[in-house]
Amino acid sequence: MSPLLSVRDLHVKFPITRAGDMPWTKPRFLHAVNGVSFDLEPGKTLGVVGESGCGKSTLARGLIQMVPATGQVKWRGETDLLSLSPRQIKPYRSEIQMVFQDPLASLNPRMTLGQIIAEPLRTHRPEVSGKERRARVAQMMERVGLLPQMINRYPHEFSGGQCQRIGIARALIVEPKLLICDEPVSALDVSIQAQVIELLKELQRDLGLAMIFIAHDLSVVKNISDEVMVLYLGRVMEKAPKALLYDNPQHPYTQALLSAVPIPDPVAERAKQIVPMTGDMPSPMNPPSGCVFRGRCPRAQADCAEVVPQPDDDLHRVACIHPGPMRDSELAQHAAG
Amino acid sequence: MSLLEIDKLSVTFDGEDGPVHAVNDLSLSINRGETLGIVGESGSGKSQTAFSIMGLLAPNGRTGGSIRFDGQEILGAKPKVLNKIRAERIAMIFQDPMTSLNPYMRISDQMTEVLTLHQGLSKRDALAESVRMLDAVKIPAAKERIRLFPHEFSGGMRQRVMIAMSLLCKPDLLIADEPTTALDVTVQAQIMDLLGDLQKDFGMATILITHDLGVVAGFCERVLVMYGGRVMEQGPTEPLFAEPTHPYTRGLLAAVPRVDDEDATMKAIPGNPPNMAAPPQGCPFRPRCNYAGDDCRVMPPLAAFDTGRARACHRPIAEVTA
Repeated sequence: MSPLLSVRDLHVKFPITRAGDMPWTKPRFLHAVNGVSFDLEPGKTLGVVGESGCGKSTLARGLIQMVPATGQVKWRGETDLLSLSPRQIKPYRSEIQMVFQDPLASLNPRMTLGQIIAEPLRTHRPEVSGKERRARVAQMMERVGLLPQMINRYPHEFSGGQCQRIGIARALIVEPKLLICDEPVSALDVSIQAQVIELLKELQRDLGLAMIFIAHDLSVVKNISDEVMVLYLGRVMEKAPKALLYDNPQHPYTQALLSAVPIPDPVAERAKQIVPMTGDMPSPMNPPSGCVFRGRCPRAQADCAEVVPQPDDDLHRVACIHPGPMRDSELAQHAAG
Repeated sequence: MSLLEIDKLSVTFDGEDGPVHAVNDLSLSINRGETLGIVGESGSGKSQTAFSIMGLLAPNGRTGGSIRFDGQEILGAKPKVLNKIRAERIAMIFQDPMTSLNPYMRISDQMTEVLTLHQGLSKRDALAESVRMLDAVKIPAAKERIRLFPHEFSGGMRQRVMIAMSLLCKPDLLIADEPTTALDVTVQAQIMDLLGDLQKDFGMATILITHDLGVVAGFCERVLVMYGGRVMEQGPTEPLFAEPTHPYTRGLLAAVPRVDDEDATMKAIPGNPPNMAAPPQGCPFRPRCNYAGDDCRVMPPLAAFDTGRARACHRPIAEVTA
């Protein structure tokens, strides 16, 4: 099957001006997304994980031109979305929709639920009659589990979980092919998280949606994704089908990230082996040379400073020149030192 | 005697639409050096419990019952009495370290203030002690970095500063309210690891308030599960996780995906958390519970079973765990 979305060498840079810079001073750049490539097939889910500041949200915004990006974003193997003007890209906007993290902040407080869900239809499908629009809104509300009598209420009258359902309904009303979810459940309570994830999976199954699911919670990403991409300082550290990545992580960063996830089981949690990681994430303004992770890597060696790892295997991509699971001797050495 | 004894605590807020019962009939005790986890979703009353221990409730909050610390009643005590106990014997760390540190003061000033005020140390000794404490929480180059302002630290480092500050007077009880919720998992693992080490070194009792069952599983000896302002189940961590006996605890554990599970399954609990301004009659979990019956319109008492365990449910254990 040909991919729905095919991204090659995507870069997002933000110019940074400092206090005291003259108009002719060359701006410095913050390289938020650095050479990301992936393919996404229809109906599949790509999970994107990483710590805050790794560029996962910027990646999503770059894909849909909410921030200026360079590289290539091929839609259905034909159009490069990045080469389109704002007017030309408009028809594609309804094909790619987004669900945001903060369910309340992403809804206009002065619009009713019905108006919020109908708005994308008014914008993207002006030819749809009022009657038809009302029918579609009602149908979509039922689809995401909102009651018909809620249609005239305002966002503040809803709980976080319900607001997220409204956000999902608004995104799906224009029948997109790709849904980008940016931390859709991290602001919700545990029992509600599961409801929203179940809803998303059900909708994906029924509508054949492709999803890019961005989250920092590795357990939730494991639940929903077919393939997972690990980002660090704007670069892809590892990318593999879910089972490969979780059962056999090759990059030291992935291993550290996975071992840090708390397990809700006292026996397993206390017995697990932590892969150590020192210090904080360096500033993206001046990332380290070579491998960006080397400053915190338990396995870093001299050559890591010189070579930028270039992964070649496309099924299981690992951006590391010394990959492989941590050996017990390495962990013991680190614990002692 | 327990270090802290809470007996039939209730917290009520007078709202515009009538009273909101945030905490009802809560009893717990914690011994010296013990670690207790309070788990619950938002609105379960876990933070309000902590605030009543510290005397930090909002002005429209009313309390009932009793909180005894080391034999002394502290619920409703005068600020003068509380100020002596707070910081010196009970310390608290909060979720967001940026808003709980003063942005206008250098870390050195904020830390030495605690020591000069509470322990009468000279400025110089207080500074030396503060640097030692920053070393203890593993902040590199503590001697130089103590001169910095809060915004010059990362989130994880700020939380370390908060922890160092709370431990300055060697408290008997530390209350940590969602200490790692705002942090990345890797930093969370570091902070929980650090808290565990410090807890052993200093021997202080610790109450960890969180919504994260994984964090509790790794840190606490005992767990208390709250929902809708009431205790649903409590007991030693291992048996409680191995065989939860309350429908809510079981639902919560099934809703959390496990990263070591093949598919990381999540099973949703239907419905929404209760609106605390108009809570359901009887058991607050009744509208979402698979086992609910008419008798659940009366709140079941928290009944003890096994060693140190208790549950508030009308249904027999065998029926719920079957």
